[in-house]
Amino acid sequence: MFALELPYWQLTIIKTVIVLSIIPAGAVILGYVFLLKMMAHMQSRMGPMEPGGFHGWFQLIGDGIKFIQKEDIIPAQADRRVFALAPLVVLISTFLLYVVVPAGPRLVVQDLDVGIFYALAVSSLGVIGVLMAGWASANKYALLGSLRAAGQLIAYELPLVLAVVGVVIQANTMSLQGIVHAQADGAIFGISWIGNPFILTQIVGFGVFLAAAQAELTQTPFDMPVAESELVAGFMTEYSGFRFLFFFMAEFGTAFALSAIAATLYFGGWYQPFFETGILADILGPVVLGIKVMLIAFLIFWIRFTFPRFREDQLQAFAWKFLIPISLVNIMATAVFKVVL
Amino acid sequence: MVAQNIVFGILAVVMVAAAFRLVTTQNVVRAALFLAVVLAGAAGLYILLAAEFVAWVQVLVYIGAVVVLLLFGVMLTRAPIGREGDLDNDQRLLGALVALFLLGALGAVLLDAFGDQKVGTINIRRTAEVSDSLFGTYVIPFEVVSILLLAALVGAVALARRD
Repeated sequence: MFALELPYWQLTIIKTVIVLSIIPAGAVILGYVFLLKMMAHMQSRMGPMEPGGFHGWFQLIGDGIKFIQKEDIIPAQADRRVFALAPLVVLISTFLLYVVVPAGPRLVVQDLDVGIFYALAVSSLGVIGVLMAGWASANKYALLGSLRAAGQLIAYELPLVLAVVGVVIQANTMSLQGIVHAQADGAIFGISWIGNPFILTQIVGFGVFLAAAQAELTQTPFDMPVAESELVAGFMTEYSGFRFLFFFMAEFGTAFALSAIAATLYFGGWYQPFFETGILADILGPVVLGIKVMLIAFLIFWIRFTFPRFREDQLQAFAWKFLIPISLVNIMATAVFKVVL
Repeated sequence: MVAQNIVFGILAVVMVAAAFRLVTTQNVVRAALFLAVVLAGAAGLYILLAAEFVAWVQVLVYIGAVVVLLLFGVMLTRAPIGREGDLDNDQRLLGALVALFLLGALGAVLLDAFGDQKVGTINIRRTAEVSDSLFGTYVIPFEVVSILLLAALVGAVALARRD
């Protein structure tokens, strides 16, 4: 087997480079497959089909290059430093999410003891970047957008955390690697071939997690913060060029990361029934995880392209009066079954 | 141990600089952002002390909730960009006295408790141990705190109701 031993700092650099390249890659894959192609076919508006030959696959990369060479415009009345830092804060929050997501028995940046709790904590950092962007733009639409975003993210942070508690109770651990192993070692009525993915017992939790993730990502039907018919582009109104590209990458990079976390919590993550340890599990792991990520991302984007926008009061009522009670009941039920069985 | 000392030095410098700018800046929103940096530094200190769970609770509660609510409240009411003249007042001397007193009190307590005793190696506390002591040894104080928070919540609702 591998006998490759590297010093700590070299390992850290390699891991950082891999994560830094996964964010734009994940963002481009989701943006291309779902935003440009799936939505195009579902809504019968094809868009660019020529660049690169097959279905216009080069369009998004061309857009990226175009964004990088654009002028860096900062409004005259803006708070320059806060304006410039805001996209970085949002992107760092996305970057930190990837630290705990395992893609194989050994393919994880750092399997923290508090894994899923850490992921929820760093995902809440992005709100600060959004508030910074909206305030520093010196634009009333931007400020309104960021206030809406903050109100929404505070409300939906809670169901996201509560939905995960059910999985944590069932798996006995908060470590994401531990949650994968708990599902791999489980059995459905004595049949242990595919383990026991928690989607079977935590389907309510999965529904709540998906709805709350949709709101955290500010995807339609929860897209009031960037409602283009009311607020131009919300907190991103004044951003252009590579700073806008940062926001775009952070949005789709976070969608990729949250899908990977949902796949790990509810669908067994990288686990496949053939190899549990060894080099083959490490090679197959990212492929298996990637397929599950695409399935969950498909659900998220399918909802995005299908439903109209909520009203602001409907959005708050949905979180506080529906999702939170239902996830509390789910926690109670899971805890009772945990003790009884 | 050397790496820990270097990281502690960096964190300390960043935290002191951010705390200084927090009180001297002429803009409320910027002050709140500097507060976020100081709180993040505190989370970093917890990680250095191998208290992982407390560190991420610090991030989730203080940065993800308290600072966000603070920014939210400030932006909803009055948050102009640029310098505001009326953020300073004439309490500087009093403020310096309180700060000196706090430094003296904390220093005295630390010296009294530890003296020149070496801390030695830090044991990593797993999250499971933290929860075991929280829901085992300290379960009654924990429940009392929950009741207190519930009472505060009900009180807030009672104050905010109009009818």
